[in-house]
Amino acid sequence: MPNQPAGKPARKRVTAAMFTLIASSLVLSGCGPAQADNTLTWYINPDDGGQAAIAEKCTEESGGEYRIETSLLPSDAAAQREQLARRLAAGDASLDIMSIDPPFIPELAEPGFLAPIPEDVAERTTKNVLEGAMAGATWKDELVAVPFWANTQILWYRKSVAEAAGLDMSKPVTWKQIMDAAMEQDKYLGVQGAQAESMTVWVNALIESSGGEILKNPEAPADELELGLTSDAGRTAAEIIGTIGDEGLGGPGLATSTENDSMIQFQSDKGSFMVNYPFVWPATKAAVEAGTLEQSVLDDIGWALYPQTVDGQDTAPPLGGINLAVGAQSDNVELAYKAIECIVQPENQATYFVTNGNPPSNVEAYKDPRVEKQFPMAPTIRDSLELAAPRPQTPYYNEISTGIQQTWSPPGGVEPDITPAESEDFITAVLRGEKLL
Amino acid sequence: MSHETATDQKHAGQHRKQKKYVSERAKSEKRLGWLLAGPAFIMMLLVTLYPILQAFFDSLFAFRLTAPDEREFIWFANYITVLGDSVWWRDFGVTVIITVITVAVELVLGFALAIVMNKAIKSLRGLLRTAILVPYGIITVVSAYAWFYAFDINSGYVNSWFGWLPGIDQDLNWFAEFWPSLSVIMASEIWKTTPFISLLLLAGLSQVPGELTEAAEVDGASWWERMRKVIIPNMKAAIMVAVLFRALDAFRIFDNVFIMTNGAHGTEVLSLLAYRTSITRLEIGLGSAISVLLFICVLIISFIAVKGFKVDLAGSQEGK
Repeated sequence: MPNQPAGKPARKRVTAAMFTLIASSLVLSGCGPAQADNTLTWYINPDDGGQAAIAEKCTEESGGEYRIETSLLPSDAAAQREQLARRLAAGDASLDIMSIDPPFIPELAEPGFLAPIPEDVAERTTKNVLEGAMAGATWKDELVAVPFWANTQILWYRKSVAEAAGLDMSKPVTWKQIMDAAMEQDKYLGVQGAQAESMTVWVNALIESSGGEILKNPEAPADELELGLTSDAGRTAAEIIGTIGDEGLGGPGLATSTENDSMIQFQSDKGSFMVNYPFVWPATKAAVEAGTLEQSVLDDIGWALYPQTVDGQDTAPPLGGINLAVGAQSDNVELAYKAIECIVQPENQATYFVTNGNPPSNVEAYKDPRVEKQFPMAPTIRDSLELAAPRPQTPYYNEISTGIQQTWSPPGGVEPDITPAESEDFITAVLRGEKLL
Repeated sequence: MSHETATDQKHAGQHRKQKKYVSERAKSEKRLGWLLAGPAFIMMLLVTLYPILQAFFDSLFAFRLTAPDEREFIWFANYITVLGDSVWWRDFGVTVIITVITVAVELVLGFALAIVMNKAIKSLRGLLRTAILVPYGIITVVSAYAWFYAFDINSGYVNSWFGWLPGIDQDLNWFAEFWPSLSVIMASEIWKTTPFISLLLLAGLSQVPGELTEAAEVDGASWWERMRKVIIPNMKAAIMVAVLFRALDAFRIFDNVFIMTNGAHGTEVLSLLAYRTSITRLEIGLGSAISVLLFICVLIISFIAVKGFKVDLAGSQEGK
């Protein structure tokens, strides 16, 4: 009883505190005032601020019709896919625009997670788009995403090493030639041997370059998919990777080497030839400007098309990049496509290339004078994109890619007579649900 | 026989009779206990039991997140697939190796550190304990990155610092093969969690009655004999808690492996397999089956530890 008078205000205080706590947590958890109806969320992959700048520019240009807000995805492409897939499967309506890596598109398109592209939008956004980029945005002969920027690997070389080897770099070179040159001069080749997505990129490029394919029937159901790893093309790919591993041509760090590791090794005294993406150029220039690298290294760097696997046969370089898709559950599908039309304008693609180093998917963008000034190798990149072959476009890409990574890494253990067959059996069993991955 | 039975029954009756006469104070304390612990207990059930049941339910389906229309009830087929696969058993072996080696090394090192802390002069004790605890205060992901960058062939300094040791040179790629990778993973785990085990053991060490060790010393027992016959038996409960906690932690290892090798070159552990199947492959059914099996393994370890050490923590609390 004596406590009662003091208890009442105390209870009130507790109630008030709890109310404040609940209200503030609701606001913090996003249950505050609703966003304006014309706000679009663009899930972007990390870059140097280029996508955010385009979002701002398009918001201004729309004259208030829509407002684009960006939301950052994880840095790793596989982790980006995971997050997008989980959100799409849960029916998240905030996925208005998504930046997606080409190989992951069929998996998201097949269950109907992506909103269909209106015909007129498809027509306008694919005018003058490079063939390789188009292939990466298509599933079952239908455009399911809009190509934004397209990436490809080219052959970077040290002019001094090529000259010493007597190679005429104005003509196509083969893997054998660059391997011999590196071996003779006791230099390292820049390739990506880590058990990661880069290994699938390498295997796919080697197989496609000799006229083969990793997957024969990409549109078939999982248990009917047929692999082409045990073909002559698969054997040739295994011979190249196995030799580089066995002979130590990739350097001591080959088994864990990623794109960045290859670049650092290429910049050292042991550098000779390297297959890598265009980011190498701005990164090397930045290192010279920062004083961590000699200007002579930059002057010694040349570029050419990805090496041929078979002498005289066109190479099929790796294809990457980013396509834009709209979530089927988005509340603003129409507006999202309007925004995409603005984002992928050739002018924006050219700006994005010179500021962020990501090559355009539209041929028109390469005509921008800023492009060749900043990237003297832009014509080579454009030619590479014309020849580029996408990785297997299938909803089961992740299984195939991870299976290849597990069986073709480390490169030193790759045997032409064993690895392709083992890899094919393993992936087939995984696809049939008979084995864990 | 019948006499014994009658006696037993009589005793049992007495026990029952005794149980009936619980004092009001004890009853109200028991009620208060339930009132205080009840909400937390219910909350714990909600946050632990519900996911476990949901995982078990999901494990009975063939269900891929990106193929929602193909969801199919398949009973225990996922468990048969998992247990019949060499990948599960390889990962199980790697997990057991990590658990056994790290816990054994940590126990020895932790005990040595506990003795040092216990013996340290009073003025140094606080500083020593703080210094020893530093690695444990570091977030596991951060420590994993630190170890990774130290041993990485491109950015690491270990190869140049320890190049004078046999087997280590500039070209040694620690993360390119199974045993070197696993050694670094285990070393980082040991470095990070030995302080935890040493603190638990220090608590046990300080509970050993001083008169017992003194009496043993007077009787002429050597240091080793005092340790083996007096100190260690009196620390049984503390050792069990330390071993159990660390064994469960080590069996669920994830961060170190994820950061350093991501399971490459055969270094995958069970929790990484569960993660990759559920999150990367989006195979919810198969991934749930792996998670349930992992949970059962954890239960078995707990059971073995509690039974193996024959320590009744609850009993000792009641003063039995």
